[in-house]
Amino acid sequence: MTSIGLAQIAIVLIAVIVAAVPLGGYIARVLAGERSLLTPALSPIERAFYRLAGVDPTRDQNWLAYTMAMLAFSVVGFGSLYALQRLQAYLPLNPQGFGGVPADLAFNTSMSFITNTNWQNYGGESTMSHLTQMLGLTVHNFVSAATGLAMAFALVRGFSRAESPTIGNFWVDLTRSTLYVLLPLSIVVALALVALGVPQTLQGSIEATTLEGAKQTLAIGPVASQEAIKELGTNGGGFFNANSAHPFESPNALSNMLEIWALLVVPFATAFAFGRAVSDYRQGRAVAITMMIVLVTGVLIAYWAEASGNPLLTEIGVDPSPGNMEGKEVRFGSAMSALFAASTTGTSCGAVNSMHDSFMPLGGLVPLFNMLMGSIAPGGVGAGLYGFLVLAIIAVFVAGLMVGRTPEYLGKKIEVREMKLAMLAVLIYPLTVLVFTGVSVMLQTGLASLNNAGPHGLSEILYAFASATDNNGSAFAGLTGNTLWYNTTLGVAMLLGRFAFVIPVLAIAGSFAAKKKGAPSVGTFPTHGPLFIGLLLGVIIVLYLLQYFPALALGPIVEHFALLAGKTF
Amino acid sequence: MSHKVAAPGLFDARITKRAAVDAFKKLDPRRLARNPVIFVTEIVSAVVTAFFVRDLLAQNGAASFSGQIAAWLWFTVLFANFAEAVAEGRGKAQADALRKTRSDSHANRLIDPQNKSGMKDVYEGVSALDLRVGDVVLVEAGEFIPGDGEVIEGVASVNESAITGESAPVIREAGGDRSAVTGGTTVLSDWIKVKITAAPGSTFIDRMIALVEGAQRQKTPNELALSILLSGLTIIFLIVCVTLWPLAAYSGAALSITVLIALLVCLIPTTIGGLLSAIGIAGMDRLIRFNVIATSGRAVEAAGDVDTLLLDKTGTITFGNRMADELVPVEGVSERAFVEAALLASLADETPEGRSIVALAKSALGFSTPDLGPEAQIIPFSAHTRISGVDLPGRTLRKGAVDAVAGQVKSIPVDFERAVERISRAGGTPLAVSENGRLLGVIHLKDIIKPDIKSRFAALRAMGIKTVMVTGDNAITAAAIAGEAGVDDFIAQAKPEDKLAYIRKEQQGGRLIAMCGDGTNDAPALAQADVGVAMQTGTQAAREAGNMVDLDSDPTKLIEIVAIGKQLLMTRGSLTTFSIANDVAKYFAIIPALFVVAYPELEAINIMKLASPQSAILSAVIFNALIIIGLIPLALKGVPYRPVGAAALLRRNLLIYGLGGLIAPFIGIKLIDLAVSAIHLA
Repeated sequence: MTSIGLAQIAIVLIAVIVAAVPLGGYIARVLAGERSLLTPALSPIERAFYRLAGVDPTRDQNWLAYTMAMLAFSVVGFGSLYALQRLQAYLPLNPQGFGGVPADLAFNTSMSFITNTNWQNYGGESTMSHLTQMLGLTVHNFVSAATGLAMAFALVRGFSRAESPTIGNFWVDLTRSTLYVLLPLSIVVALALVALGVPQTLQGSIEATTLEGAKQTLAIGPVASQEAIKELGTNGGGFFNANSAHPFESPNALSNMLEIWALLVVPFATAFAFGRAVSDYRQGRAVAITMMIVLVTGVLIAYWAEASGNPLLTEIGVDPSPGNMEGKEVRFGSAMSALFAASTTGTSCGAVNSMHDSFMPLGGLVPLFNMLMGSIAPGGVGAGLYGFLVLAIIAVFVAGLMVGRTPEYLGKKIEVREMKLAMLAVLIYPLTVLVFTGVSVMLQTGLASLNNAGPHGLSEILYAFASATDNNGSAFAGLTGNTLWYNTTLGVAMLLGRFAFVIPVLAIAGSFAAKKKGAPSVGTFPTHGPLFIGLLLGVIIVLYLLQYFPALALGPIVEHFALLAGKTF
Repeated sequence: MSHKVAAPGLFDARITKRAAVDAFKKLDPRRLARNPVIFVTEIVSAVVTAFFVRDLLAQNGAASFSGQIAAWLWFTVLFANFAEAVAEGRGKAQADALRKTRSDSHANRLIDPQNKSGMKDVYEGVSALDLRVGDVVLVEAGEFIPGDGEVIEGVASVNESAITGESAPVIREAGGDRSAVTGGTTVLSDWIKVKITAAPGSTFIDRMIALVEGAQRQKTPNELALSILLSGLTIIFLIVCVTLWPLAAYSGAALSITVLIALLVCLIPTTIGGLLSAIGIAGMDRLIRFNVIATSGRAVEAAGDVDTLLLDKTGTITFGNRMADELVPVEGVSERAFVEAALLASLADETPEGRSIVALAKSALGFSTPDLGPEAQIIPFSAHTRISGVDLPGRTLRKGAVDAVAGQVKSIPVDFERAVERISRAGGTPLAVSENGRLLGVIHLKDIIKPDIKSRFAALRAMGIKTVMVTGDNAITAAAIAGEAGVDDFIAQAKPEDKLAYIRKEQQGGRLIAMCGDGTNDAPALAQADVGVAMQTGTQAAREAGNMVDLDSDPTKLIEIVAIGKQLLMTRGSLTTFSIANDVAKYFAIIPALFVVAYPELEAINIMKLASPQSAILSAVIFNALIIIGLIPLALKGVPYRPVGAAALLRRNLLIYGLGGLIAPFIGIKLIDLAVSAIHLA
């Protein structure tokens, strides 16, 4: 690890926080329906949308209606995206003349984009027409993230409202999240990326003559616009198969830093927005600090693991000073690759600028564990906050008992119903990840996709299901995902990871909103101080370590010790 | 607290013996199904036992290991059952004593309660078990009261020691706030007519027996929520262990079902799962030993959540009576002369106020008790004149309300008026003393705040609980007393509906309220409060409205009730934390043991350096079983509660049970491993 590397990491993270605090205030205002900077410009458009859709923006929904609206929207999104892919050969804006996408891949891709996962079992530049990319994928990059933000605020309203039957209006939240938050931010970031050299054109490809005089076809397209929302919406689906490692997606160190900033800023801002929405800034700050500690710990472990280099290569005389450079871009190096890896999995983004498969075992453990924790540091747009708050509810429950009171979080008592729903949500992850992984390693069809044997192969499958369930979308690579088995199971995992998790969360929102708000006293322990942060960290680490320790022991952990012993697989 | 029932020793031999037998009876899966964690343990114990039998028959050499694992898994279930049985046993002993009072007594039932003929009432002898609600019975001296009811005629002294443990008799009379009688208590003198208000089988004593036995114990809301957390964790660990089998197979390690089950039982929260019901029963038991009967476990939990305590001034914050605090002579009267006059005027006054004047005079100026002499003529206090006194030869001493005494004197000195005003403003009551028609001075009668009450309120404030004093005094007096006692708020000139309104207002603000009361006019407030403690001496209406009954009728007990409620929740939380934290060490013991053949490199995480894979797994399982026994005393006694803020409490409990829970099993498993390998068990 070098001081320059650490300084680079620090600069990006500080820039994130500096921007996240005001952005959080802005998001809170937007989702509370208050006036903000952009209201004069955007409210006519907003009102036009409501008129067009026949939505009464002043009418709030109860949790069930909210959930049904969200599900209906997702179902329609899934159907239209599926159709678009299957029929792209007959539709315009297909300069490369790609054929229709096969059924299982189209299923997987549709599920992937409506759940904000952006797992890509395809190479974008060689599978999807411009129309599919722009009208299908890019649209979902916006609305799936906006859906996440909407659901997070539905939960936040559960805390901020008292004795209320409603938790907001899904259509309003969706519209405002897209229009006021994601769209303006994307325009700014896309322009910045274009300035840094990222292409933005409707042309399909360009012919280039190499130094040897050979002709080469370079795929280009509307890259910068998709790139911006890819990061800001924590989507992660790259225009190119090589994602942010591709020089057209991220041409230099500065664009790399901008992309990391972009993928972290909205989730952190959401944490601060939460504080503002519950009228206690410190609550949001405590959440953000906890997320930051988990993130930074992961970054440092990964950086340390990568910067130390591969002992087996060092032994045969390779200079260890640049660290383990396999699968990394020279223009990014270990520090920025480690930061990107931890950030993209700490959020549910899933974009990559290096091959996680090529990380050292412990370096690869970080993104894997980040996703197994459900990407809560700081998590996907919206999804991070509601995932985190579910954990906070469980932590508060145990801690609340320890101070001798019926546990309450932000004045809301945590009782049987909330506990049932929270456990239901928490169960989904191990159920999906471990069961699918377990079944995959028993099936020939599951093992056939592996490019590596031994513990690394196990890590690859575990990673794939963690990534899908968590709606992350990053791949460990090394696993051929575009098969009937993985297209289907990963698609189902994404479905469960998003909807089976969030339906109980919205039910919790409804249940909390209906409750009275208890008054804080010395007898209720504060949920904004260092003690609470420590407690949250403890609960998060212990809870997830206990769930995944055996699987991790057989994957990256044993690989690490074997590597130290000079053994490879 | 006058007469707490002594708790039996934690492992009283008689209770332990009975509990050991009960532990086996409780193996019945239909009963265990109520406790999902232990139920799962029982099922997998049966599975391992089946494997043990198979190993035994196959003579494959694995029988010793699977046999020991099976045995310790059964022990885990039995220990959990034992914990519950011990907790129940402590209540059963008390229930037996209560049951004796519920003997099949005999009752004199009035045949025609609406006797309007003017003829003499006619009674018939019936068994107490045949009484119905609405029947009227006559109970005479020496007889048992056959059932719960209300006195409608007569007055009698009643011995209620059967339920309160207090041997001093209490007066029960028709009308007013002392009309409720309890079945199983004895009339000592006179007679009363009682209208029965509870059918046999649902009387107070019956309910008390059911409560202490835990017979109809329902899981309380918080206990249910915790059970859900524990069940959720159990399901998660089931998934972990079941899916570990294919992962291990992929990795080239064939795991036996026995070791997977051993891992499962170590991971699921058996410690708290096994102790959960014992904690609940013990919490209820602590309350009962404190002579408080809660009608539901829900009420005990609510007590822990209380934010505001509504306390009556008289009897709770102050002693029941006002006492002399100061003797102020007017100008021209020596202190000695005034004090002597006050003393003589009060000697025959047997009221607490009068006695307090005598006591103050003696202690202030060292007077010994003077003799009034044979000619003395006592003037008793009358509510009409509001004056009492004594006529001695040549001396007419009078003492009484200021305006009453002032009406009998010739002149009122200025400094007298000033003293009276000062005393009134301080919340005290002035009494005037005159001799032969001349004012001598003022006695300052004051509400005396109970000596330790201020520190108790400070403790409550540290717990985050607001105290509110309710008094009939005017606002000035109330403010003075409130300031002196250190309560946070007061309701002056309180009418019963003010209490109710205050409770509603606080509840609207999201706070939970506790109060105690005894009169019928307290009933609505008692019912509205989240925790309503009715005094045993109170009316039937009050006792029905509250959700707790204090047998000692000591209103300061609210404070202890809150602490007991908190302790109950804290014990659950702390043991849950401990139980979950334990799992980390168990992984470090078991995971390397499981995979050491497939991946010898994993030996690196065997940081406890356990002797062999078998011994590691066995040690973890043994630790897991023994820790239940080890924690039974804590579950029964409860985690100590200190009146400090929540943050300090959490820090302390996290340190002890969280960090302790992480570290303890590392040491415990290592020690057990040393023992296991020393005697070659594995």
